Amino acid sequence: MAIPARRRIADISAFAFATAATVFGLVWLTWILWMTIRQGAGALSPQLFKEMTPPPGSSGGLLNAFYGSAVMILLAVIIGTPIGVAAGTYLAEHGRYTKLAAIVSFVNDILLSAPSIVIGLFIYTLVVRTMGHFSGWAGALSLAMILLPIIVRTTEESLRLIPDTMREAGFALGLPRWRVTRQILYKAGLSSILTGILLGVARIAGETAPLLFTALNNQFWSSSLNGPLANVPVVIFQYAMSPYDEWHTLAWAGAFVLTAFVLALNILVRVLARKGKQR
Amino acid sequence: MNASPAQNLAGPQSRVRKSGAGADRVFELLTASSALFVLLILGGTAVSMAWGGRLAFKTFGWRFITDPTWDAVGSHFGALVPIYGTLVTSAIALIIAVPVSIGIALFLTDIAPRWSRTPISVAIELLAAIPSIIYGMWGLFVFAPFMATHVEPWLSDHLGNKAIIGPLFNGPPIGIGMLTAGVVLGIMVIPFIAAVAREVFSAVPAPLRESAVALGSTRWEILSRVTLPYTRSAVIGAIFLGLGRALGETMAVTFVLGNAHDLSASLLMPSNSIAAAIANEFTEADTEIYRSSLIALGFLLFVVTFIVLTIAKLLLLRINKQMGRTH
Repeated sequence: MAIPARRRIADISAFAFATAATVFGLVWLTWILWMTIRQGAGALSPQLFKEMTPPPGSSGGLLNAFYGSAVMILLAVIIGTPIGVAAGTYLAEHGRYTKLAAIVSFVNDILLSAPSIVIGLFIYTLVVRTMGHFSGWAGALSLAMILLPIIVRTTEESLRLIPDTMREAGFALGLPRWRVTRQILYKAGLSSILTGILLGVARIAGETAPLLFTALNNQFWSSSLNGPLANVPVVIFQYAMSPYDEWHTLAWAGAFVLTAFVLALNILVRVLARKGKQR
Repeated sequence: MNASPAQNLAGPQSRVRKSGAGADRVFELLTASSALFVLLILGGTAVSMAWGGRLAFKTFGWRFITDPTWDAVGSHFGALVPIYGTLVTSAIALIIAVPVSIGIALFLTDIAPRWSRTPISVAIELLAAIPSIIYGMWGLFVFAPFMATHVEPWLSDHLGNKAIIGPLFNGPPIGIGMLTAGVVLGIMVIPFIAAVAREVFSAVPAPLRESAVALGSTRWEILSRVTLPYTRSAVIGAIFLGLGRALGETMAVTFVLGNAHDLSASLLMPSNSIAAAIANEFTEADTEIYRSSLIALGFLLFVVTFIVLTIAKLLLLRINKQMGRTH
């Protein structure tokens, strides 16, 4: 039985549209990555990792920015991970089926998509205004606030995937609940919690908006967290918006390193996740 | 009360349990207070911005939302231009992202050869992983010039003189403006909508689809009469999720929107958005009322995205219930 032409044409156009939409999506990815590689790889040099951010018109590197970013990301992980894992544990274990857990889970999902610039304003009001100056601490804190909901979500999900028989086995041995959580559940969920942290780091590494008015930027070498701290995203922002060619080149180099880092982490996470599934 | 069978399993007179009970309470308190901390972030953000913006709200009242004048020198602030720019760029983003995302989801569930599905969906997900500042830089140095030389002259030649829609496309082809920002936002939002759409499309019960096939439906008819009606609330939820992202996106927009405080009908003209205005001007704000007005803008953005994301989440919860999942 032949399908009438009108229906066949509708079907073929839907087929063609869906294919075109996918190609459309992939073209942007290729275009953005290609430009970042082309402009950025050419700007790579050993100088980039050895010298400080230069004043306009002279050459330099991004060493202070890499350092500042690394320190703030590390601090954010140190602050955000314990709270996030604990909160995720409450949602999946101790608070399971409670109203509080349901509300927190809901709010956490909203925080996951909330505009990061708003978090920056919050930390500005909370820390920068009370301390009276921009600081690396404020930057690290705002990154931790963005990291937190990611850790909460991945911890909750990884704990929920563990079958209840594991918990019951622990209780049957006479273990108190907290030891079951710590010694059995965290062990079983460790790899997925770790992937969650990696994913979170990939996300906060590129966060710019919340750092604009917390860590600000610093043209010089500074290891003090009590003052403005250089960081890769804000340097890219300021240099790209500037009229100087040398600064544009450095911004592209920074963009290349940042993109490579973030995408590498994302791919690593996916490889790890698949390995976990195969086991 | 917690009715987990686990608690009943531990023997009441065991010494281990006795010493463990205290530690259990501590552990539970610790995790519960961490969970409360999540609520505290949301609450703290709302309160701190309402507090920081109170001077602006008190000075300008409701006119803050309807006034198009943003004059830092005269200390007169109205948020209409940033609000308008935010809404227009997000609308453009959705007009592009919604059909494309549904197309991608359809392609990945029905059309693509099985071996290619994972790599393609990972590639689309990577679009969401690229930091927004990279989108911004690419937008400024690559995409805006492309729009200025290839797209915008054509638009203003062919659509600029049409009735009704003409004013939207009438303007100088400078590449920086609401249209460019909207397109970049659209690309950024695609992976979020596509991921949810793909997940719910593939979760449509097979008997439903098989019945449609048995009735002689084409693929298009399956999508439009079975899949989409069945997954409607989740797809709308995904669209709201994308909208929430688009409204609050900062860096990409800041690069390509032009930071202009003029109200203009033309999509080719530079404009401003709430997030971009805050990013551009906050560190330069030298008076109390200036800073307060920017924080008030942040408060508006927070309230609007909160509402949009809540709607998204409620719609997504509904389909989970429908499909018998608990979370």
